Amino acid sequence: MKKLKSSLTNMLVVLTVITIVAAGVLASVNAVTAPQIEKINADNLAAGIKAVMGSDDIQVSEPWEVDNFTAYDINDKDGNLMGKAVVTTENGFGGPLKVLVGFNTDGDILGYTVLEHQETPGLGAKAGEWFQDKIIGMNPGKNKFTVSKDGGEVDAITASTITSRAFLRAIQNAYDKIIIGLDVSSGASQQASAASMGKPAAIE
Amino acid sequence: MNNFKVLINGIVKENPTFVLLLGMCPTLGTTSSAINGMSMGLATMCVLILSNLIIASIKKLIPDAVRIPSYIVVIASLVTVLQMVIKAYAPDIDKSLGLFIPLIVVNCIILGRAESFAAKNGPIASIFDGIGIGIGFTIALTCLGAVRELLGTGAIFGFTLWGENYGMLMFVLAPGAFLALGYLIVVFNKITKKA
Repeated sequence: MKKLKSSLTNMLVVLTVITIVAAGVLASVNAVTAPQIEKINADNLAAGIKAVMGSDDIQVSEPWEVDNFTAYDINDKDGNLMGKAVVTTENGFGGPLKVLVGFNTDGDILGYTVLEHQETPGLGAKAGEWFQDKIIGMNPGKNKFTVSKDGGEVDAITASTITSRAFLRAIQNAYDKIIIGLDVSSGASQQASAASMGKPAAIE
Repeated sequence: MNNFKVLINGIVKENPTFVLLLGMCPTLGTTSSAINGMSMGLATMCVLILSNLIIASIKKLIPDAVRIPSYIVVIASLVTVLQMVIKAYAPDIDKSLGLFIPLIVVNCIILGRAESFAAKNGPIASIFDGIGIGIGFTIALTCLGAVRELLGTGAIFGFTLWGENYGMLMFVLAPGAFLALGYLIVVFNKITKKA
């Protein structure tokens, strides 16, 4: 068979056919994978909520949303309020940094997990493990919840200060908005958290 | 035998990273650790084998003047399919490489092999070329990732050898990528161009 000539009709027909076939293939693969991807995301969230609350025996409420935060009220198996799990997003170094964080009723951090990020592999991407032994048990209202470079109590990820700042800000915002109920966007949060930092008894 | 030569050619004589110096963006960007480099190499190999096969099979149907857009559509579709499949069935790989997979579309190795090999050879030979170049790329990225991970964090494939405190962080960052690549090319040339 000879190669097709580059006539206008040939080019139009070939390009059209190729794009239609490609679109068909993509649509059918998407139809197969989309439910699976959704299921994985839902499973991740459910497993994440259990992990950040540090307990498997929990009842998770329907999500409620404030601005761009999604919060879940968490009850233990007897129906007593344990705390809240909050999905919070902040701009990281490479793009949105989405963190799920669990608070107890006092606002102490029970755990966290990074849901989505676009941080540098090997550097900022370490946020998922790095802060596990550093911020758990802290309270963004009582502790100085910034990186040590900025005078805070948390060690930043080596060479990833921007990611670290974004990460801590995400949790601080979640605390201010969901636990305390302040208006984050007006800057009131900084004053409030600065004020609450003054309580000497609370600082470890 | 001929196909075997094509295979070896891709790994040594036309190694995409060390000899052709193609696809530098993913090479430097993804190799901050050995496992990342290897996964990126394998993902690229997948796309390369399939794109070589498809393009070699349909090359006679594609008029010369529109061959590049046609190849790009084929390659982009393959990468998107791969991305969706990885997201759905290998979420762990997606977590570490998610950002880099769409970049395979613009990896010039793929278009380069489509243009310089698949468009001139049969489907079977093109598959072997895809495997050879893919292995060459994977080996190169794994080596580069291993060197950077070892010097940068004191670990290799996640196993700590002498600990992060003795690592030179620069090697995980961009400048270290260039340095390590340069020295690896020196070593590669020393080995392959004897006499």
